[in-house]
Amino acid sequence: MKIHEYQAKELFRKYKIPVPEGGVAHSKDEAFEIAERLASLPLVVKAQIHAGGRGKGGGVKLARSLDEVKTIAHEIIGMNLVTHQTGPGGQKVKKVLVEQGLNIDKELYLSIVPDRETATIVIMASEAGGMDIEAVAEETPEKIIRVHVDPLAGIQPFHCRRTAFGLNLSSAVMKEFNKMVMGLYRFFVDYDCSLVEINPLVITKEETIIALDAKVNFDSNALFRHKDILAYRDLDEEDPLEVEASKFNLNYINMDGNVGNMVNGAGLAMATMDIIKQAGAEPANFLDVGGGANAEMVENGFRIILSDNKVKGILINIFGGILRCDILAQGVVQAAKKIGVTVPIVIRMEGTNVEEGRRILADSGLNLITAVDLKDAAEKVASIVN
Amino acid sequence: MSIFVDKNTRLLVQGITGNEGKFHTKQCIDYGTNVVAGVTPGKGGQTMDGVPVFNSVMDAVQQTRANCSMIFVPPPFAADAILEAIDAGIELIVAITEGIPVMDMMKVKNLLKNSNSRLIGPNCPGIISPGQAKIGIMPGNIHLPGGHVGVVSRSGTLTYEVVHQLTKKNLGQTTCIGIGGDPVNGTNFIDCLRAFEADPATKAIVMVGEIGGNSEEAAAAFIADHVSKPVVGFIAGLTAPPGRRMGHAGAIISGNSGTAQGKIAVMKEAGIHVCENLGELGEVCADNF
Repeated sequence: MKIHEYQAKELFRKYKIPVPEGGVAHSKDEAFEIAERLASLPLVVKAQIHAGGRGKGGGVKLARSLDEVKTIAHEIIGMNLVTHQTGPGGQKVKKVLVEQGLNIDKELYLSIVPDRETATIVIMASEAGGMDIEAVAEETPEKIIRVHVDPLAGIQPFHCRRTAFGLNLSSAVMKEFNKMVMGLYRFFVDYDCSLVEINPLVITKEETIIALDAKVNFDSNALFRHKDILAYRDLDEEDPLEVEASKFNLNYINMDGNVGNMVNGAGLAMATMDIIKQAGAEPANFLDVGGGANAEMVENGFRIILSDNKVKGILINIFGGILRCDILAQGVVQAAKKIGVTVPIVIRMEGTNVEEGRRILADSGLNLITAVDLKDAAEKVASIVN
Repeated sequence: MSIFVDKNTRLLVQGITGNEGKFHTKQCIDYGTNVVAGVTPGKGGQTMDGVPVFNSVMDAVQQTRANCSMIFVPPPFAADAILEAIDAGIELIVAITEGIPVMDMMKVKNLLKNSNSRLIGPNCPGIISPGQAKIGIMPGNIHLPGGHVGVVSRSGTLTYEVVHQLTKKNLGQTTCIGIGGDPVNGTNFIDCLRAFEADPATKAIVMVGEIGGNSEEAAAAFIADHVSKPVVGFIAGLTAPPGRRMGHAGAIISGNSGTAQGKIAVMKEAGIHVCENLGELGEVCADNF
């Protein structure tokens, strides 16, 4: 789960990680009030959307007067911000963060991520702050410091020292930096984060350290023990169809093509999307209805797929196995009748009683096309939409 | 022959009294698996389909000599269940549970290093040695005993699809393992490849990967250096958009890493017969094995 920068900074404050003074505004007048309260210039106005690359897209601007804060906030709130992460459609900005400007001496990069291969927690840091870290990793990997922390033993002072020396920090800021890394690690572990990133982490001319930006993602599987984080969820930032699907516990991702598809199991769902493409069509979505798959899931699946008006045909691929195909087929027929499915449906299913299942589909009076195997299914649905 | 599980496997089921645990225990018994015990704290003394239920894994092991555990415990308590099995000295732990927090699994994985236990999963369909033992939720009837193909996969139903195609081509299996779709898991591709290479009955291997992480790349390097048997590979997720978690917690392309295209290129270079169209996997195996 993703949260906004201003929310991440709220959490940082709890862990005594220094962040600029500021506040979040939903209107130009609120922005002006915050600016008055901060009583320092210049100020920075930052669009609050989940996607990165806001600066380049025109969503982050410097204001040199209180009136300018108002003008900029007016421009940014309501704008459709397009960045490399939003896709061409962009994301509508609903709020801005108004913050004090800093006397920047140096910009660093600092993040904490889990490393899946070694099952350790990795502190990543670089003197190349403020830049796209993936580009740094690609072009100058030697500029990135990686310090692995054993999650059982937890962070030790030497981990912080190694990071600090690697960043060539002056002794004046090192102590403060080490304290901050300790706090950041504690935050990461306490909240089951999947990413904590500060880019840039700023050393000011006054030799203090401040997190100028803050990006935090959480492990969705751990949200059951972080009810406070659930309150940070912003549905405006998510695809409405995906939000709807999540209510039914369906794993749905909207794509650009016109072949809707419904599959049981994530791996098979990905492979089904791939084979649709290989047959010459484009998948409209990823939809995993779960390893089991029952009539209710299929019904909800239809509802979600058909809410996407790009869909010209649907491919259902269920590898039942233990699940009986006759029961599944009855479920598909019932759901299709109830929802009133208007586009052709190609069904491929495998499992016990598959012949009986195919007979039920054929006798249903609906536009249901059965396929003998996956390849056949993909070719049939591709020929329908093309 | 087979790897990790066979006729001598004495299975214990943690979470045996829940809906999933109950249903799949019955399926395993029907397949011929020797299910010797169940564990549900507070329900010790009961029986479930003739299987005695214990309050703790330690009790169950002492009284039944169980050497393998299958876990159906819900995510908030699953790490605890795995650690309990490790503590009781269970040799093979198969965690079916989906949705265990990454932080919990990182701790489990580090504790596993100093134990004699092997963990398969979590978030996996389990492991089956056809005709000998089924420890998991896969449909037993699609498997063909007496064959020579070992299957290892990060997925569930996709593995069934692959096995089904093998069986239709009359290519029987020695052991089929789902290592799970989570980012941190107990047993990886290399562990399984090493075991298949050492197993005299296994003459060929199918490896099914997907986007995310670099375990397929590591496996490819291992195959190039240490595996003499032919390997057919498949990677799901050619059309997956970057930055999106595709159902499995571990299936995500981060930046340029973890793409299907990247994995396929590395696997081909390592001499693996990569099948890019799932519909043709059975044929590719029949041609190469």
